[in-house]
Amino acid sequence: MAELSPAVRRGAVRLPTPAWFQAYGVYAAVAVLVLFNAVFTDHFLTGANLRTQLVQVAPVVIVALGMALVIGTEGVDLSVGSVMALAAALLPLYLGYGLLSALLMALAAGAVVGAVNGTLVAVVGLQPIVATLALFVGGRGLALVLADGQLKQIANPGLLGLGTDDVLGVPVVVLIAGVLALLVAGVVHRTTFGRRLVAIGGNRAAAGLAGLPVKRVLIGVYVVCGVLAALAGVLATARLTASDPSTLGTLMELSAITAVVVGGTPLTGGSVRVLGTVCGALLMQLLRATLVKHDLPDSTAQMAQAVIILVAVYVARERRSR
Amino acid sequence: MAPPDAAPAAPPPGPDEGPTAPAVLEAVGIGKRFPGVVALDDVSLTLRRGEIHALVGENGAGKSTLIKVLTGVHRPDTGEVRLDGRPVAFARPSDAQHAGVTTIYQEVNLVPLMSVARNIFLGREPRNRLGLIDFPRMHREAAALLAGFGVTADVRHPLGSLGVGTRQMVALARAVSVRAGVVVMDEPTSALEPREVETLFRVIGDLHDRGISVLYVSHRLEELYRICDRVTVLRDGRLVHTGDLADLDRMQLVAMMLGREVSEVRRHGRTGFGEDHHPDREAVLTASGLTRRHVLDDVSLELRPGEVLGLAGLLGSGRSETAKALAGALPLDSGSVTVAGRRLGRPSPAAAIRAGVSLLPEDRKAEGIVAGLSVRENIVLAAMPRLSRAGVVSRARQDRVVQVFMKRLRIKASGPEQKVGELSGGNQQKVLLARWLCLEPKVLLLDEPTRGIDVGAKAEVQALVDELAQEGLAVLLISSDIEELVEGADRLVVLRGGAVAGELTGERVGEGELLEVLAAHAPAAGSGPDDEEVRHDG
Amino acid sequence: MKSLTTPRSAGAAPEPPAVAAARAGDRRRLAVLVQRQGVLAVLLLLVLVSSFVFPSFGTLDNARNVTVQASFLAIVALGMTLVVITGGIDLSVGSVFALGGVLAAWASQYGMLPALLLPLAVCGLLGTVHGLLIARAGMAPFIVTLAGLLAARGLLLALTDEGADTYLVPHGSAFAELGQGTVAGFGHPVLIALVLFAAGGLVLQRTSFGQSLFAVGGSPDAATLMGLPVARTRVLVYTISGLLAGFAGALNAARLSSGVTIIGVGMELDAIAAVVIGGTLLVGGAGSVSGTLWGVLVLAVIQNLINQIGSLNSSYQSVVSGGFLIVVVVAQRYLARGPRTT
Repeated sequence: MAELSPAVRRGAVRLPTPAWFQAYGVYAAVAVLVLFNAVFTDHFLTGANLRTQLVQVAPVVIVALGMALVIGTEGVDLSVGSVMALAAALLPLYLGYGLLSALLMALAAGAVVGAVNGTLVAVVGLQPIVATLALFVGGRGLALVLADGQLKQIANPGLLGLGTDDVLGVPVVVLIAGVLALLVAGVVHRTTFGRRLVAIGGNRAAAGLAGLPVKRVLIGVYVVCGVLAALAGVLATARLTASDPSTLGTLMELSAITAVVVGGTPLTGGSVRVLGTVCGALLMQLLRATLVKHDLPDSTAQMAQAVIILVAVYVARERRSR
Repeated sequence: MAPPDAAPAAPPPGPDEGPTAPAVLEAVGIGKRFPGVVALDDVSLTLRRGEIHALVGENGAGKSTLIKVLTGVHRPDTGEVRLDGRPVAFARPSDAQHAGVTTIYQEVNLVPLMSVARNIFLGREPRNRLGLIDFPRMHREAAALLAGFGVTADVRHPLGSLGVGTRQMVALARAVSVRAGVVVMDEPTSALEPREVETLFRVIGDLHDRGISVLYVSHRLEELYRICDRVTVLRDGRLVHTGDLADLDRMQLVAMMLGREVSEVRRHGRTGFGEDHHPDREAVLTASGLTRRHVLDDVSLELRPGEVLGLAGLLGSGRSETAKALAGALPLDSGSVTVAGRRLGRPSPAAAIRAGVSLLPEDRKAEGIVAGLSVRENIVLAAMPRLSRAGVVSRARQDRVVQVFMKRLRIKASGPEQKVGELSGGNQQKVLLARWLCLEPKVLLLDEPTRGIDVGAKAEVQALVDELAQEGLAVLLISSDIEELVEGADRLVVLRGGAVAGELTGERVGEGELLEVLAAHAPAAGSGPDDEEVRHDG
Repeated sequence: MKSLTTPRSAGAAPEPPAVAAARAGDRRRLAVLVQRQGVLAVLLLLVLVSSFVFPSFGTLDNARNVTVQASFLAIVALGMTLVVITGGIDLSVGSVFALGGVLAAWASQYGMLPALLLPLAVCGLLGTVHGLLIARAGMAPFIVTLAGLLAARGLLLALTDEGADTYLVPHGSAFAELGQGTVAGFGHPVLIALVLFAAGGLVLQRTSFGQSLFAVGGSPDAATLMGLPVARTRVLVYTISGLLAGFAGALNAARLSSGVTIIGVGMELDAIAAVVIGGTLLVGGAGSVSGTLWGVLVLAVIQNLINQIGSLNSSYQSVVSGGFLIVVVVAQRYLARGPRTT
């Protein structure tokens, strides 16, 4: 495993440093959990189980990818869960015009929310927490208004297919999440947009004086985050086979932020770790699954999650203080 | 080296004592290391009662660390701090304060959002019988205290609404009012105007008379010689010299700070600038009537290829603002900037950069570097669109550019992938210069390019400015170091109160002439720069 | 960033002429006035207009109803105000509120005193842990209290057999009376909230501790260098927030006669919204408890109004609250800093 190599190469048994933990801890933790389950949990390494785990984590991964970009700019987007609900509420309204238009409407809603968030942050100059708090509150309300507070069954086979179909034995949802992760990684590391995003997160004033289109990039980042959240809302709806704006995506902002932070992206911006974010989401999913499989209650899972978040941030703090 | 004198048996008490006054605050054999650096190595310092003691050294010499050890911010690894002869261990700044050692820091000292009075009495507010804060009394006492420092501002206003100099005075008032026996001042005049410096010196004189000791950190030699009794010189975390300031002349002091021979310093001069340049006649950048309410008032200037134009003025005169306006980073009420015959439209840094105008901002950390990114990424930050295709960055092209500039500017880093935040100030500044030079600008605006960097890098940057002008670049140089301005610039535009107060060309570019324009009273209506009568010294 | 930009922008401007200074002073005073009292004006306007439009709104009964419902959020938001003034944030208050309710309901079988002391002890301790992690370990408040949100909720689930058990407050007990009793028709929680706000205002404005909250939020570095006990102040303020959230939860349990396990979700954001609407800057260093009180009431009145309009879906409430929040913060931003955004 790549994450073990630094210690091995040194040829000495040394305690890993906090910096090492921030960089590789999440991979090591995922590996440890997988190994643990492979040995101690019945039916863990079965296709069916792995499939379930991946399908469950996919929407979180998709939202967390957008969140990672936002956090990379020293921001945060609390409205992602509400955007998921908004997307879910729009789907049944437009399915009558065809699947494509319904999908487009849902994603467009995400883009609009993102644009509003981005404008409030970049142009008006509000703190990201406040700016996105407004749409966190208002977004779900709007979704409920649109859906008239109702849960609606979905019958469109194309949409349901997104939730249940496979391509080459891999569920579509998982495939989409995987492709998006690669895409976001490419954007972050290889495009001017990605590098600018990181520079703006690192030092916004300097980026502005260097002639970078700060406002445009910030708005873009929030739009991407909104669209990804809307897509996650669509996929989650497809899996549920029903549009449920009142509960879909609740606490998703916390799960996404957790995945990003546990994945080693600092909350202070200036760095985005895409693979880390994916593994962060995976870690939390595996943790919950492991505890459930071993008959430990949900309360334990939540407290364990709390501890992991704290450890992840503590480790990041050590690194920064140097 | 020079060991601190042992305190004599029976010192005559009283303020006006010479070298025999008893030691108040002592650092004995202090050692302090941080991960990867030895900040202080066996440094000792003795501060006597009522003396004004200068602490000097280059950046990285360990001045700040020593102050922080003396005032309880850091704990020494070895050695001890003694107060009135007794060893003390300050665990935090409040411990030092309670013991009568207070500090006025260069930047952070007070809370801008809180009122002046609240700042002064923070942590020791006067109470009424109910144990609640007595605001009327607090305001009365604050106003009375400040009046002694020549400050008449409303003590109920937020501190942030005051000018930098006034804020510094408030910090000083606070420090003195906490019954300090020792006041440590870290670069107290760096943000002050001459008038405020005078007030500060008067206050320091009062402290001296009252038997309060002052540890005075500054690299402005004139100030040291004016007010300080003794001096301690640090270099690379070690003690180089302690003694009476009167026994050293300026060249000796500078030589000690730099660790060079006096003759060598003399021979090279103190800046890295060479001869004057011979600019083209045609201006590449023309600014006319730059105006912004309260900030700039009808500033017009021209920059010609191949010349270094110095922009002089005191703090708050609009120097940095003018540079920012030229670079599109300051919204204007009126006025226009024309570059190479093309007028810039809606001002933005991006538009200015496209037109060939680059600004090296004054505050390197806050507005320049992106500390968490590599040297490579910092250099190509502004040039990214040119080094990429269809929004995808080309690593190969970046590497070529970065290699060229790291070599040309002699950027000392472990490699292009080292984080900029880990470099020294001088190298960070060079990275920023590289960022702009790789855009091949026509006009380079340098706002305090050598502030806060070590002497070696300073000379290199100055030489580079020279070289760039030789190559035909138009350079605007802003510096609060008069010597640097006079030696570096071919022509000087002097600003006062956001307006152009005068221009010095040719023979008239000299320290004396500049000081006269700077110190002149605001011109009456109608008198222009041409009316300034400039006398020569000899 | 803030500590760098605020003094810089002020310092960079040259001394303006006297007239301009006076005008700037007026503008600042106006901004301060709007910041402090703008919400109150909005609240009064809202109440006045709705009393004319909806006859059922302007009744004493409705006022009693609105205030008692708002009192729990108000108590939670009081603690949040203090935290936000220090430049922090406490996302755990919703969970701690619920936890406090469950603990109080369970302990109420042993009498009034345990029913109050147990939630205070546990929730105060949780707050202290937050404070220690933030102040001593130097971790971000956002994330520490996010973990606290999960931990408190987990603890609550563990105590209630994964939410299956609901503890009841003995009917007619003194503790139940604390939540359900009235004075002049106004519920006890309303009076308790008012007393707490008065005390909070006094502490904030007239004690050294209050001043140190502003200093820590305005410039932590300066506060440290001035010798203020920054870490202790932080630990204390999160402890207070935990205590108030737990107390509000206990009070709510007394009112509802049971420790409901599913309440408090999203309450932290309501509290933050109220604090922000009340004019407290989220970056820290400025704010007031009275503003928070008006902010809570504005949110409560909006909710009540939507209920009054029978034809409206109750989900409009969050749409209006969200929209109002945007309007308030954008207006604050422009009034406080002037229209320049660069």
